Amino acid sequence: MPLKIAVLAKQVLDPEMPMAAFRIDSDAKRVVPPANIPPVVNGFDENAVEAALQIKDAKDATVTVISTGSSFALDVMKKPLSMGADELVLLQDDDFDNTIDSFQTAQLLAAAIRKLEGFDLIICGRQASDWDNAQVPLGVAEILGVSCVSLGKKVDVVDGKAIVERIVPDGYQVVEASLPALVTVSNELGQPRYPTLRGIMAATRKRPTVWSKGDLDLDDSQSEARVTLRQLFIPVSDQECEFVEGEDAADAGRQLALKLREAKII
Amino acid sequence: MADATGVLVIGQSSAGALDSTAAELLAAGRGVAASLGEDLSIALLGDAVDAPAQQAIAHGADRVYAVTSPLLSEYQADLYLAAMDSLCREVNPRVVLISRTNEGRELAPRLAFRLGVGLAQDCLEVSVDESSKTLLANRPVYGGNAIAVVSCEHTPQIAAIRPKAYEATELDSSRQGQVVSFPVDLDASQARVRVVETVREESEGVKLEEARVVVSGGRGLGGPEPFAGLEDLAKILGGAVGASRAAVDSGWVPPSYQVGLTGKSITPDLYITVAISGASQHMAGCSGAKCIVAINKDADANIFKDARYGVVGDWETVIPALTEAVRELMDS
Repeated sequence: MPLKIAVLAKQVLDPEMPMAAFRIDSDAKRVVPPANIPPVVNGFDENAVEAALQIKDAKDATVTVISTGSSFALDVMKKPLSMGADELVLLQDDDFDNTIDSFQTAQLLAAAIRKLEGFDLIICGRQASDWDNAQVPLGVAEILGVSCVSLGKKVDVVDGKAIVERIVPDGYQVVEASLPALVTVSNELGQPRYPTLRGIMAATRKRPTVWSKGDLDLDDSQSEARVTLRQLFIPVSDQECEFVEGEDAADAGRQLALKLREAKII
Repeated sequence: MADATGVLVIGQSSAGALDSTAAELLAAGRGVAASLGEDLSIALLGDAVDAPAQQAIAHGADRVYAVTSPLLSEYQADLYLAAMDSLCREVNPRVVLISRTNEGRELAPRLAFRLGVGLAQDCLEVSVDESSKTLLANRPVYGGNAIAVVSCEHTPQIAAIRPKAYEATELDSSRQGQVVSFPVDLDASQARVRVVETVREESEGVKLEEARVVVSGGRGLGGPEPFAGLEDLAKILGGAVGASRAAVDSGWVPPSYQVGLTGKSITPDLYITVAISGASQHMAGCSGAKCIVAINKDADANIFKDARYGVVGDWETVIPALTEAVRELMDS
């Protein structure tokens, strides 16, 4: 039996977009997606795809990418397929708000995982670059009752166990977890691979499985939001920068030292 | 079950002492408890927590739950979670506060899901809507480009507080409080994850999180070698060296150097950034710095918006001159 791996991925606004394009509709409490900048797969989720594909490079494994949202840019969400993932499952419904409340999102993803008859390993990005909630993966692990390891920088499966190098503040730990397991990964995992031409061709031919709310087995209490967004605003900085100048750059460096001494900072 | 009441802080302690993050949580919790007109408790988990319990009372706790088991002597997420889950069900607090430390990052969301309630993640500030006794939490989203005010609709209302967002109150050893013993019955088989090996990569000298002066380098340094120059400057100032995520991702310095949303939160008196553009994700880790100095050749770099002093210029020229001048000033 091939190892069954799932990757949970989210479509997000491009975090590298110019800040001038970042706008908020404060009445609707939403970020307004800029018209000319396409969304991307969340960066940490691409790390998760890479982690799954590294296992698939070495072992008999299948990689299924699962995502939830109210709408998708299909060419964007197919990127993991073009990197080498096998299948794409999109949970798409107008009700799948997917913003501040992680509870509903985790319930949807867990329901989809159950419908797909479970996985040996579920790999997720540590957090999404839009709402930075860092909750959905851990919630999915709780709902499914599987082992949970966070902040991995290397993931492998050896002798029926997940072996993960996980980041701690002063280095890393090597941990082992019983399967099935959910692992979140961080950017320390390394640059995700680029899609190959062959991968892109294969991805073009693949059609995602699309499920809406009615396709998932959920009860009402699971669809109720746990967190309410009351306000959304852009913070203003009142810091005024004093530019230190000199005859040339070296002199500016010396002037800076004097300025810091004058202000009793050093 | 009786109505939920009170504020419960989940505190960390190590080597018989209360962690600074627990003292910060007590400062945040005191304000919330006062607004609610309710008590402030702290849960301390471990095999023995007598010493940190007294420190917690001196930092403002009315009550300490000493949550003990031989299996809690070292942090293990599954066991800590099982202990916190049973305590919350027993105590039935209105509000639970956890520090978003490395451990809190995994415990807070898992606890919320286990209790079937919401979590306000990575909060900078918490307050109370007194009429409804609702906790209001301010939290950065979109990498710090926006702030969301959120509330949780179920009890307990859980918030994870960003380390260093609150300052601990002064120790008052005359304060009185109650210590409630809460032994938990855990089974080693509940631990599904086991640590096989721990590898330390910390740089020598002052710890980044505790340094009063931090000198950080970014993408613009172009390679690992220039970090030696930053080390020199940091050493003269008695400080530590940090880095932006771009420098870490390029492999120039280990991940333990990273300052930012997904790295370390630092609050030095002086933060010198060198060739760092100042993306909001980086600034999220240093917004508590008292004075930010930016050295960048791009006058339009975002970093200057948050800096107190700036030098527009090439670091290759500025840093040696700055280092030399600082050395002379420190020697004199």
